[in-house]
Amino acid sequence: MTPVLGKDLVGLEHLTSEQIRLVLDTAEPFKEVSERPIKKVPALRGKTIVNLFFEASTRTRISFEFAEKRLSADTVNVAASGSSVQKGETLVDTARNLEAMRIDMVVIRHPSSGAAEFLARRIRSNVINAGDGKHEHPTQGLLDLLTIRDKHGKVSGLKVCLVGDVLHSRVARSNIWGLLKMGAEVGVCGPDTLMPRGIEELGVCRFRRIEEAIEWADVLNVLRLQLERMESGFIPSVREYYRVFGVTLERLEKAPRQLTIMHPGPMNRGVEIDSRVADGPHSVILDQVTNGVAVRMAVLYLLAGGRPELADAAKGPAGGGGGGSE
Amino acid sequence: MGRPERTILLDARALSRALQRMAVEVLELTHGTADLVLIGIQRRGVELAERIATLIEKDEGVVLPRGALDITLYRDDLETIGPKPVIGETRIPGDLDGKHVVIVDDVLYTGRTVRAALDELADFGRPKRISLCVLVDRGGRELPIQPDVVGKQVKVNPHERVDVMVEELDGKDEVDLVSGK
Repeated sequence: MTPVLGKDLVGLEHLTSEQIRLVLDTAEPFKEVSERPIKKVPALRGKTIVNLFFEASTRTRISFEFAEKRLSADTVNVAASGSSVQKGETLVDTARNLEAMRIDMVVIRHPSSGAAEFLARRIRSNVINAGDGKHEHPTQGLLDLLTIRDKHGKVSGLKVCLVGDVLHSRVARSNIWGLLKMGAEVGVCGPDTLMPRGIEELGVCRFRRIEEAIEWADVLNVLRLQLERMESGFIPSVREYYRVFGVTLERLEKAPRQLTIMHPGPMNRGVEIDSRVADGPHSVILDQVTNGVAVRMAVLYLLAGGRPELADAAKGPAGGGGGGSE
Repeated sequence: MGRPERTILLDARALSRALQRMAVEVLELTHGTADLVLIGIQRRGVELAERIATLIEKDEGVVLPRGALDITLYRDDLETIGPKPVIGETRIPGDLDGKHVVIVDDVLYTGRTVRAALDELADFGRPKRISLCVLVDRGGRELPIQPDVVGKQVKVNPHERVDVMVEELDGKDEVDLVSGK
């Protein structure tokens, strides 16, 4: 039985390594589609997709939109500001109204953790999580895996360290689940105030000093310091953070091997990452962006093609989120 | 339910002779190699295109451009078959404008694959002519599509299957008719 994704993509936590590998393998040929003179294939012709963004996003929204358009789907963008959400409509009502217009898929970005799953359980359309609060950002996790696999030829056995604001980062959570399932060793490094309590229980090594992380790792995934999520008190100052945890050229030069540098964007140059590192020869930050479109095309394609009844059967009795009735 | 029964339609030598004849017929069809581009349909069509190209190159002393086409994303039955897990490589050699493209596939049946291939090729350029070359024409067309070069014509019932095997992928050159469930 070929593995399928199921009805929704809410996170990487509940995917198997086979399912993750299926998405990465499916993304491969989609890279070539974006290099064609006509960057479009008819695979999702006639499908209607709503991009429901309750939180600011440039890269992810554009990436999803390109992925949808290159598969010939029809897309509508809904932003929370300027919509009925501002008038107090609930998430479920918004989605049900969209469903009443006969849509096939919803891509949702929401500030609350669990919003995507909440929606997935209540509507019939396929739901793709484009980032929910501090929970997960599965397509980012998948594109990071693809980028690591491209650069190193494998994921298994590599040492990947997430650096910085792990506490507020849904990217970190999706990375940890995905990397561990694919057989990588995962480290985390950052100030105590930005580290979730009990993070070691997920099976990751904790580094307190950036120098130790650099000595250990093959890949650094530098997370954005989410200044907008920090009311106050997490770090003494941005300058001090850079002095203690910044990924600088001087620090990397002392590493025993060449480290691959990743960043999910948008970057705070001179806060978590040195410009000379971000633009350096071992940075794959722009490859991540390119791969993002291919991975999202793969996810859309796999979700759209799977017959729900087959998908549910493959998911087994433990899988939730199927069906539309309550 | 009987056990599946295999009958050999073409053995290695017969397959080799069929390919040689097909190479000659392709060359006649295109009046030489000047604008010829051979494009195989994934997967076995790619190997067959490679064989035919090599035969023509040996006779004519030229290097032929060839490519590969995976038509999965142009299928009209995504809903019913579900997503194909592995999509093969699509590789188009240069600009197709003004070229005589010969599509190569292993088995011609309903014609839906060729329909998809024609749609996909149109997104890569405007060849002056597109021809179709297949190793086995098993009949049963659902679309008005006909081959220009055929290795073997055979009437096959809907519940039967034609298996094309090539050395590169299957370890031997052979074409079998498989009947029964």
